[in-house]
Amino acid sequence: MRDRLRSPPRHSANRFGGGINRVQSPWRAQTIPYISIVMGSLLPFILLADVMPILPPLGFMMLIGWRIMRPGFLPLWVGVPLGAFDDLFSGQPFGSAILLWSIAMIILELVETRFPWRGFWQDWFTAGLALVIYILAAMAVSGATITSHMFLATIPQIVLTVLLYPLFARIIAWLDLFRLARARRVG
Amino acid sequence: MAPPSSRRSAGFSKRAQYSVFTGYLLAGLGALLGLGLLALSLWQPSSLAPIRGGTQDAVATVGEGPAAVRSAGNSTWEKLSGYFYAGSQNAALREEVELARIKLAEAEAVAQENERLKSLVALAESEIEPVAVTRLVGSSATSSRRFAYIAKGRINGVEVGMPVRSPRGVVGRVLEVARGSSRILLLTDSESVLPVRRSSDDTVAFAEGRGDGLVRIRLINLGLNPLEVGDVFVTSGAGGYYRPGVAVAVLNELTPDGGIARLVAAPAATDFVSVEPVYVPEAVEASETPERESINPAETED
Repeated sequence: MRDRLRSPPRHSANRFGGGINRVQSPWRAQTIPYISIVMGSLLPFILLADVMPILPPLGFMMLIGWRIMRPGFLPLWVGVPLGAFDDLFSGQPFGSAILLWSIAMIILELVETRFPWRGFWQDWFTAGLALVIYILAAMAVSGATITSHMFLATIPQIVLTVLLYPLFARIIAWLDLFRLARARRVG
Repeated sequence: MAPPSSRRSAGFSKRAQYSVFTGYLLAGLGALLGLGLLALSLWQPSSLAPIRGGTQDAVATVGEGPAAVRSAGNSTWEKLSGYFYAGSQNAALREEVELARIKLAEAEAVAQENERLKSLVALAESEIEPVAVTRLVGSSATSSRRFAYIAKGRINGVEVGMPVRSPRGVVGRVLEVARGSSRILLLTDSESVLPVRRSSDDTVAFAEGRGDGLVRIRLINLGLNPLEVGDVFVTSGAGGYYRPGVAVAVLNELTPDGGIARLVAAPAATDFVSVEPVYVPEAVEASETPERESINPAETED
């Protein structure tokens, strides 16, 4: 239901809002994806999980989300700096995210050049597959002796990660609208 | 359906083709760099610690806020749940009884320990002053390794190998120290091994993390399994890191070579943890073994 007391919506110049004397802010347009990925890497650090891994790898989820929803925005080599940042806080041995994120970027790029037409369900499938492989590969390179118990302990994390992708897609879409909003006044 | 505009074909433009090629080249080199760093940090886990240390310091201070909120939240939740079941004091009482039970088992262990020590040369034992008392500020919540972080580091006197405990029992051991923060290997990590004994007698065993929140109790002397469900295990003091008689785990399930045990001190439920000095530094120095193999049965002091 609309709030009738509020002033009527101003006429927007395009779907990103603003008036005719507004343009996109270049800083905002260029940095929001990186900031959101870095925040995704930092957030799990603050939560205390003593029993088993519970949170999805939020940094990697953001990376995959931006990669799928805005193909071509993130450069192909972006896994190196962002992965290095993720490694500082994830508890994995340093280098694991650099390796896995770079490989993920290359594979997604190759897949996309072969299959350029995509829909939401296919995106979810791609992201889900990438995330499941990432979690298992990260477990393999974590330096832990892998037992069946450990594998069982990651299943809730894997399920949660795959099911959360649509929510992250919404969040990224919202961030993308915010990123491209015509916020800077000209003249 | 995404429009085909997402396809960024290089076409016949040499410049575009080169930039695509450069992108792949850089990404490939980045992956190789990652592989090299990964191999280095698996081979020499402490070699890249300084890089991690500085940033960890910065974030650990930020983590203090959420840690305070977490402990407040824990107690609020306990009060709520206590009210929900049998009045708000129920939760507090239950916790007290639980603590008392642990203390009782520990006291039993201490009495037994004293008896044994009296027979040996009189060993001067004093109350241990903790190096630092702090909160757990963070953890590796997405990784399959189990690490926690505290916002006390080298400047507070924390050193590698120091045991970390909560009022209930052992939490883990300091693995890496930065200037103002340190990384703790929790007991539930699959690489953590702790020498323990049953609180009621001298049955010695190793408590190994399984990576899923439980620890595996592996008896050193195999034969008939003397354990029973509900047995409390305390640190034995072997290896020299932990002082003897601190509660570790309660046996949950029996297996042919020992059992599966639940930890007494769940790190997420604790308010404060204390970092204690290494119990017998001489024993640790004498063993001179790498971190992971440091617990050597030959070094037992009993």
